[in-house]
Amino acid sequence: MSLISTDDQARLREEFAKMTRPVGLVFFTQTLGCETCHLTHQVLNELPPLSDRISIEEVNFVLDGEKAAQYGVDRVPAIALTYVEGDEVKDSRMRFLGTPAGYEFISLIRAVLLAGGARPPDLSEAARSRVAAVDKPTTMQVFTTPT
Amino acid sequence: MLAHEMAFASSYITAFAVEATEFPDLARRYRVSAVPKTIVNDDIEVLGALPEPAFVDQALGAPPETPHPDE
Repeated sequence: MSLISTDDQARLREEFAKMTRPVGLVFFTQTLGCETCHLTHQVLNELPPLSDRISIEEVNFVLDGEKAAQYGVDRVPAIALTYVEGDEVKDSRMRFLGTPAGYEFISLIRAVLLAGGARPPDLSEAARSRVAAVDKPTTMQVFTTPT
Repeated sequence: MLAHEMAFASSYITAFAVEATEFPDLARRYRVSAVPKTIVNDDIEVLGALPEPAFVDQALGAPPETPHPDE
């Protein structure tokens, strides 16, 4: 049974149809010692059937430490969003740690739509120029809860 | 999420949405007692969901001073 209602699936399908480029969900997971990896997998699996522009790349966190380091992922479940521009796979630098349920599910959908070019960036001109002036590596961690 | 918008706009910024209840060790390390709470580079804390200008200022530091038009 799907975790997403039929109505919501239809709405998502409509939004995803606006995507102009493929988006990859790089999903870091492990078999043992990760209580929420399975649920996260179930949530992610809901998305590719709704758009042929969304795919999942499952990465074994234990076996593929190199990929985890590349994306700055040090625990699971984790999701990194990539997108394809031209022939190149690009890192959106948008990440999720933990199950994307509730509020974070909405954030995930919005991130997919942004990376996929289905919606414009939601930043004011002023914010955009502040962000453009950042010239050293900056990591932001936003703590949230599902409700 | 505003931090995601910022990350997508700058190749220097990476943004993680962290589910606090699933990672109590991180929540403890950064003393997360209410959400949302944003940690920038381990040393700046932004509390609550702020309007965009305030969030950007707190996360990135105050904007560079611009000369007064009369000066």
